[in-house]
Amino acid sequence: MLKVENLHCEIDGQPILMGLNIELIPGKIHVLMGPNGSGKSTLAKTLMGHPSYEVTQGSVELDGEDMIDAEVDEKSQKGLFMAFQYPVEVPGVHFTNFLRMAYNSRQPEGKKIPIFKFNKLVREKAELLGIEQELLDRNLNEGLSGGEKKKAEILQLAVLNPKYVILDETDSGLDLDALKIIFSGLTKLQEVNPEMSFLIITHYQRIFDYIKPDHVHIMYKGKVVQEGGMELVDQISKEGYSNFKK
Amino acid sequence: MSDNIQQRKTNAGDIVQEEVNIARSINNDYEEKYGFKDDVKNHIDIGKGISEEIVRQISALKNEDEWMLNKRLEGYKIFQEKHLPEWGGNLKDIDFNDIHYFVRATDKQGRSWDEVPQEIKDTFDKLGIPQAERKFLAGVATQYESEVIYQNIHKKWNELGVVFLDTDSAYKQFPDIFHEHFGKVIPSSDNKFAALNTAVWSGGTFIYVPKGVKVEIPLQAYFRINAQNMGQFERTLIIADEGSEVHYIEGCTAPTYTTDSLHSAVVEIVCKKNSRVRYTTIQNWSSNVYNLVTKRAFAYKDAVMEWIDCNLGSKLTMKYPSVYLLEPGAHGEVLSIALAGKGQHQDAGAKMIHRAPNTSSVINSKSICKDGGRTSYRGLLHMVKGAKQSKSTVICDALILDNQSQTDTYPYNVINEKQVTLGHEASVSKVNEEQLFYLMSRGLSEEEAAGLIVSGFIEPIVKELPMEYAVEMNALIQMSMAGSVG
Repeated sequence: MLKVENLHCEIDGQPILMGLNIELIPGKIHVLMGPNGSGKSTLAKTLMGHPSYEVTQGSVELDGEDMIDAEVDEKSQKGLFMAFQYPVEVPGVHFTNFLRMAYNSRQPEGKKIPIFKFNKLVREKAELLGIEQELLDRNLNEGLSGGEKKKAEILQLAVLNPKYVILDETDSGLDLDALKIIFSGLTKLQEVNPEMSFLIITHYQRIFDYIKPDHVHIMYKGKVVQEGGMELVDQISKEGYSNFKK
Repeated sequence: MSDNIQQRKTNAGDIVQEEVNIARSINNDYEEKYGFKDDVKNHIDIGKGISEEIVRQISALKNEDEWMLNKRLEGYKIFQEKHLPEWGGNLKDIDFNDIHYFVRATDKQGRSWDEVPQEIKDTFDKLGIPQAERKFLAGVATQYESEVIYQNIHKKWNELGVVFLDTDSAYKQFPDIFHEHFGKVIPSSDNKFAALNTAVWSGGTFIYVPKGVKVEIPLQAYFRINAQNMGQFERTLIIADEGSEVHYIEGCTAPTYTTDSLHSAVVEIVCKKNSRVRYTTIQNWSSNVYNLVTKRAFAYKDAVMEWIDCNLGSKLTMKYPSVYLLEPGAHGEVLSIALAGKGQHQDAGAKMIHRAPNTSSVINSKSICKDGGRTSYRGLLHMVKGAKQSKSTVICDALILDNQSQTDTYPYNVINEKQVTLGHEASVSKVNEEQLFYLMSRGLSEEEAAGLIVSGFIEPIVKELPMEYAVEMNALIQMSMAGSVG
């Protein structure tokens, strides 16, 4: 379980998260919604360990282990993954070569995967998700369209196979085809790895055509203010967030 | 000599064992047992320092004619007259009297493997440099196993009329073509170090490619590395006749260790009509070396000259490969990488001299500094009056890895013609925190992430290198990132 308790975080002295609690249960699909500026993306980056976000209070446990001071790469290797809202371009770095390094970083010494075997693995994952093979030969996010970048994120997710996945507004700016590939893809990944759990941060209802959440969390002013199931989504679609703004 | 080589042709395991033996017995029966000796049996030691007497002695030892002796003496005179450059790096600490200006190949065997610094040995390990090469690169051995392979390739070149020799032999065997071109592209008077090289030069590479001949595989010093060719003052001369093509590669990714602290080479290239020459350098001298090299090419009608210049080592490098675009349609390129770490200053760049209409040039320089290192891009773009419709693009990008390091850009443009097209882009960036975060969020350590960013930064140049060099280059970048971030 990924367990976040009483999390406080600030940027440049400005408090953003103010006593946030949330639990991610292995094998479950969680959705996090909330109005603009409620701190959803801050939560994602803080959990991953972005250096600009300073945790002032609270705890984050990954499978019982305190992760609050862990380095970003350590968190990744312990099973945390974040799909970026704006994946960063790294010019000149070949996607598949990079991903092989990332994959090997979590293999024990002497068990590193050889190139040809890894290339096969990536091709299989791309095929499973319905992602075009051309992406494998591009540079890491360099010159990719918004939709291609998001697909590349999901492909990385598929290959690295983490346990806890945060998707930071992955659905924003996607056309329907890409949306379908990505969100129906999550279910496919869960079939392969039933332990995989998701925290999907979103503004939009349209993802629910492709994925059914087990838990819905509503965030407002740096806290989770309500938890429940799909009925919360229905409520938001009718009334907006007004009832959660107490 | 060739009999000895044949005898040494053993299988790989034997070679490794043999290398171990060589290392152990390096100062004992080395010559006797392995046949490394040349015709001169006397032990020649002209000692350190430079004087007219020494220059005369070098010429005499090489049995040179009056013409070359005079060239040397003229070079020595100019060397004495010229002041050290006031610009560039700090040259004040060079002690010209503490340098061996001439070493006979056999003398070089004095160094033992034990004398090679541990740091250099570790680097060989990490790069996976074959045992046989390590001895050579460290200056312990003077010849390299692949001599036999070289002989076979040599035969093929001979059939095509390609001449690929060390410069001393070329001077003896091809006096006409040698006289015609030696010192014409870079006269002694060009600069103090070109003059010094002319006075004391030894070794280097001579290449002549006949009309219309395209040499398919790159010519590499690698195949024929020996003490003659990797000297401190080597002289290289390449002549590509009309319509010919050749790619020459010098240096290697592994550090080249030397106790003498000055390397001052001269490289002259003539690209005749419609020819195409690419000259690739991977320079990784050990960090005690002043690397002061003059490289210049003349490009005639529709010829293409490309310098690919990677500077990774040395204490100070001052090197600005240049192309004189002398006739219409000539094209010149300099693609360069400079990496400066602790105690290093890479003052490198390019010169493009457009002296005819419709000429074009590209300069693309990527530099990286870290751990207090300094990179300087220094470029000259000169378009003379009448160089109409010429165009040039200059891109120089610098990446700084920490606050202790420094980068500067000195682009000089002298444009005396209005009808030309110029493009100039320059950027200085730090390793981007968002890129680091992104890569680390996938499990890479900070060092690995920074190494990957740097590899990506130089990728547009590295992709121009032959595969094995590109792989080694990336390994070297990853290695040099270790401990330099954070």
